[in-house]
Amino acid sequence: MAETTKKRKPKPPVTESLLTSGHRACAGCGESLGAKLVIDAAGPNTIVTTCTGCLEVFSTPYPESAWRVPWIHSLFENSSAVAAGVEAGLKALGKKEGINVIAQGGDGGTADIGIGCLSGMLERNHEVLYVCYDNEAYMNTGVQRSGLTPFDTHTTTSPSGKKSFGNQHPKKPLLEIVAAHNIPYATSATVGYPADLQLKVKKALKEKGATFIHLHVPCPLGWVYNTELTIEIARLAVQTGLFPLVEFKWGKVTRVRKITRERKPVEEYLKHQGRYRHLFASEEGKKEIKKIQAIADANIEKYGLV
Amino acid sequence: MRKLIEGSMAVSESVRLCRPHVIAAYPITPQTHIVEFLSQMVADGDLKSEFINVESEFGAASVVLGASAVGARAYSATTSQGLLLMSEVIYNIAGMRLPLVITIANRSVSAPISIWNDHSDVVVLRDSGLITLFAENAQELMDIHPQAYKIAENPEVSLPVSVNMDGFILTHAFEPVEMLDQKFVDEFLPPFEPVHKLDVENPITMGLLAEPTWYMETRYKLKETMEDAIPIIENVAEEFKEKTGRWFGGLIDTYRMEDAEIAIVGMGSLIGTLKDVVDTLRAKGEKVGVLKIRSFRPFPKEKIREICSEINQLVVFDKSYSLGLGTILQEELRACFYRQKHQPLVSGFVVGLGGRDIPPQSIIDCYNETKGKEILDEFVDINEEAVGRR
Amino acid sequence: MSKPILITVGPGTSKVNKTGAWRTLMPVFKHDKCNDCRICVTVCPDACIFGQNNVYNANLDYCKGCGICAHECPVDDIEMVLEAK
Repeated sequence: MAETTKKRKPKPPVTESLLTSGHRACAGCGESLGAKLVIDAAGPNTIVTTCTGCLEVFSTPYPESAWRVPWIHSLFENSSAVAAGVEAGLKALGKKEGINVIAQGGDGGTADIGIGCLSGMLERNHEVLYVCYDNEAYMNTGVQRSGLTPFDTHTTTSPSGKKSFGNQHPKKPLLEIVAAHNIPYATSATVGYPADLQLKVKKALKEKGATFIHLHVPCPLGWVYNTELTIEIARLAVQTGLFPLVEFKWGKVTRVRKITRERKPVEEYLKHQGRYRHLFASEEGKKEIKKIQAIADANIEKYGLV
Repeated sequence: MRKLIEGSMAVSESVRLCRPHVIAAYPITPQTHIVEFLSQMVADGDLKSEFINVESEFGAASVVLGASAVGARAYSATTSQGLLLMSEVIYNIAGMRLPLVITIANRSVSAPISIWNDHSDVVVLRDSGLITLFAENAQELMDIHPQAYKIAENPEVSLPVSVNMDGFILTHAFEPVEMLDQKFVDEFLPPFEPVHKLDVENPITMGLLAEPTWYMETRYKLKETMEDAIPIIENVAEEFKEKTGRWFGGLIDTYRMEDAEIAIVGMGSLIGTLKDVVDTLRAKGEKVGVLKIRSFRPFPKEKIREICSEINQLVVFDKSYSLGLGTILQEELRACFYRQKHQPLVSGFVVGLGGRDIPPQSIIDCYNETKGKEILDEFVDINEEAVGRR
Repeated sequence: MSKPILITVGPGTSKVNKTGAWRTLMPVFKHDKCNDCRICVTVCPDACIFGQNNVYNANLDYCKGCGICAHECPVDDIEMVLEAK
């Protein structure tokens, strides 16, 4: 990777991010990190639309905005449709050339309440990159279950209890649903691998059509872990097979991140997180962990990750 | 040039002349002809717009919101359930001060499902910040869309404007219409200069969170803006009249009100019927005229008081009903006169719900029955037996 | 617009909000083994690490003390210490 010629040119000084400081995300927030990486990869000639949610609330409380690009929030479920309007408006005005349009939302705003608008935007193949920041629950309202909450996860509306191990439904296959729209590019990514994420953003923005990034962003508050572990946990999700990194072009898998050498049992991922604490508290819980391992194994098998 | 055209064609032709950059719509009866005509114009190259076939009315409203936010002139059309599905976005468009025009082919609201006309749809949005204008016939529909854009895009306003037309009665009926031409509309309606827009050269943030320290101020500014729009609506109609000689009212219009003692009040296509009724009643020596409410929001309270200063009674015909309260236009007119020096009687009748026919004789019967006394909440021409009143 | 409408703001105006006040742990950049990889810069959710040529520091006006930079530093050149305030 790093070539060690001693006389290499010094890097220019670090410049201010397009999602700048002073925003009110929790310490260690994976979503704010993800958003920073995405917008800095996209660059200043970008217009951003955002769903209601943590990202919108922490970055734009009036009269403060952490965004240094033109940015708009409308409603919970329509950032994709607003972006479609932005794109169509720019095209009609003859101003689309050289301008990126990025729509973004959380897992709820994307996979649940916003999936209708998202599907429409994808089907019409607007030149928009949609980024779904998946922290696997409605964090802004206090960690309630979403369609992207994983199996056996404790949330405030899918709590573990005497008769439950938490959320009883597997994660909605969002990336597959999106890829099935036969768009030029759809991929998963994670803040655990920032360089890979930023490469994917640039790749997506080169396409003349709808593109999608399903971005895994750990949430220290909702997942209940120490703030410094955000990146490590994000990587473990990939290394266990629970969050596979898969790229689709025109609906077909074109590339996956292999985990042959780094593959780990799911306990390695689950044990850091308070939202899975109940699984380690009883023998029955340990049987549940086997079910989660089966989900990871199925992902590994499906996408040939080893 | 005069042409015999369908009301929906009058709308489409008028919208085409306004040169919208982006049109987004979802089909719903009886709005469909409008968007079919517009999409054909795009397909034929007669209209250079991005026509976006969206997945829902919610999507349609969101797309035009986004388009307006980059400074594009945007248009949509809908009705009834579609408008209700848009409602969350309409509030948002107004709150974000994004001008655009939407035509509403007014239709009743489910349940029971009915595709026919009344005003139950748009009255739901009366508190949303959507400027709400009612057109009376195909000619007014031709004339009102450039006016609607001119009002919406006025920097002192910068709000969405709805043009309301009675479903089927106006959307599907053919009438002779004096056509506007491109040269006239281009002169009347200057290019859209947004007060704020998404622009990489000046990267502002729009749609922020307002904490309790700010929310009231933003709503206050909206209240003030709605008031500022009152003279602007009037001035735009006056300017149009100067240039074309045609006048369908500004905030309101009147018919044979000069020496009238009673005013019959309504909105939309009903005005034609009310004018005929007034002619009949005048022939019998009744001192009666028509008050047409053209701008339902902003509601022109001052103007109405002024015009009714010599009126003893208002007989109001509503095509909507606020369940648990009463007829909506009637209640608002009544409120206009509360604790004023001059307080006419105000009667309120419900007519035409779900497309029920409104025969002139029924209006005359109501008039005769209520003259000199207030009658409220009367559902005109209902089947007494079916509802168990007899 | 001749009248203020109170619904849009300029870019980067969040910087008036000094989130450094939230911090309990503070990153100390030791400037000892730094290999100039800039992983700390990349992984900072608050975009508050700046510098050049093996010398990087967090802007303590904004650093919330999450500790990701220290945890991810491949050469252990950042230490989180309890901040005396």
